[in-house]
Amino acid sequence: MIKQVREWAPALVVFALVIAVWEGSISAFHIQQFLLPRPSDIVKTFWTARHTLWPAGWYTFKEALGGFFIGSALGVVVATIIGRFKGVGTAILPIAIAANAVPIIAFAPIAGAWFGEVSPHSKSAIAAVLCFLPVMVNTLRGLQSANPRQIELMRSYAASELAIWRRVRVPTALPFLFTALKVASVLAMIGAIVGEYFGGAFNALGVLINSDAQIFDFVTAWAGILVASLLGLALYGAVAGTERLVVRWAPDTRDT
Amino acid sequence: MSVVKVDSVTKTFARGNVTALENIDLELEPGEFVSLIGPSGCGKSTLLRIIGDLTPPSSGTVTVNGKPARQARNDGDYGIVFQDSVLFDWRTVSKNIALPLEMLGWDRDRRKARVEEMLDLVELRGFADHHPWQLSGGMQQRVSIARALAFEPALLLMDEPFGALDEMTRERLNLELLSIWEKLGSTVVFVTHSISEAVFLSTRVVVMSPRPGRIAGIVPIDMPFPRTVETREDPRFFELVTKVRELLRKRGEHLLPEEAAELL
Repeated sequence: MIKQVREWAPALVVFALVIAVWEGSISAFHIQQFLLPRPSDIVKTFWTARHTLWPAGWYTFKEALGGFFIGSALGVVVATIIGRFKGVGTAILPIAIAANAVPIIAFAPIAGAWFGEVSPHSKSAIAAVLCFLPVMVNTLRGLQSANPRQIELMRSYAASELAIWRRVRVPTALPFLFTALKVASVLAMIGAIVGEYFGGAFNALGVLINSDAQIFDFVTAWAGILVASLLGLALYGAVAGTERLVVRWAPDTRDT
Repeated sequence: MSVVKVDSVTKTFARGNVTALENIDLELEPGEFVSLIGPSGCGKSTLLRIIGDLTPPSSGTVTVNGKPARQARNDGDYGIVFQDSVLFDWRTVSKNIALPLEMLGWDRDRRKARVEEMLDLVELRGFADHHPWQLSGGMQQRVSIARALAFEPALLLMDEPFGALDEMTRERLNLELLSIWEKLGSTVVFVTHSISEAVFLSTRVVVMSPRPGRIAGIVPIDMPFPRTVETREDPRFFELVTKVRELLRKRGEHLLPEEAAELL
């Protein structure tokens, strides 16, 4: 416990310093509120506007979560198929990697046309597409980085391909998968919010941030960003926590 | 009946048209401890892998326990130990040892009992629930040996198992390996780079020469068991070491200088 406090202390100190400098420089340099509101005002609005902001955050979070699960699940499935059948990989992988260079966000208006501009499905779709590729590529790399000696050892036991997959390839891939899921958890929230900037339900977080910014209510926009950040952190934390439970052997989760 | 019978085995690698092994004949009687020694590229590890049916020979046959090598592998007739311990990081020490038993379909109680026996054998009681990264290199290799012996295979294949360890750990593990071997009476094929290790452990030392990989000569080691620390100081030990060294040197004209240096 004391060790954990010590580990977190530097980050907390830096965080507090940044907030203090932010707060202080606004009075010191007379920065206009529409340029940059005070942190204390943002937090205040976070509380006073809770009846609109929090449900909006929850609404958007559900979109992001749906996209996260769909995109990640597809990524794992495709990686498993590619990992199993090399021919499929040579056909799909170059296209998938080229597709990754496409700025997916640019498709947001089109996703709106496909799944309904106001519908949460179009936002989930964008989040899913954003999550898919990192999860697929990392899982595939994990499945392929099994130690050849371990596979050889399994062969010496006359192990089936399925047994090798279960006992060697999957455990090797798990740390890779979780690294990707952590990236995807952040991307899902970005996808959902940016999707909402192009149109969405009136009570969605992205729509609120966008409209508040347009009427120069920047404090509320910032408070909305704070809500989005906290939810993004929560999703990230949930993934990291699951990783800690599942990948107990990996170096970065060692407890000694 | 011999435990291993290698009959005019040749192995060529298509890439680079390399002949790794040429016309190898070798026969191992039950309970023998045979070392394969030679410079890099003499095919000693390849020969071990062919015996274990982990790579096919280009021609010739291998018989293990009177069966074709493939059949012997499918029957779980041998255990194998590599240079690095090849432990599964995600398994505890006892689960690593139990791995071959799981593959053989042993039930939980039987596995547990055997794992405990093996932990006693390699003197790792109290480390059952540790993960591999919590152990030293020598301890990891002992787990690896326990895993290879857990299902009591008639044959133990060892590919430079102590090559990555320091001299002191290595000599201690040599003694431990010998006492385990005497207790279990299994047959061992042991690949090594070290002349003194080969002489100390073996009943016979097979000296190999490279390009193409051939058997340069076989030195029977006529020193009594159990071998102890004193064995290494026995004049006979030095004679045999010299004999192996000379065989290596005689065939060593086509060695690269660094390979020769590695051996002598």
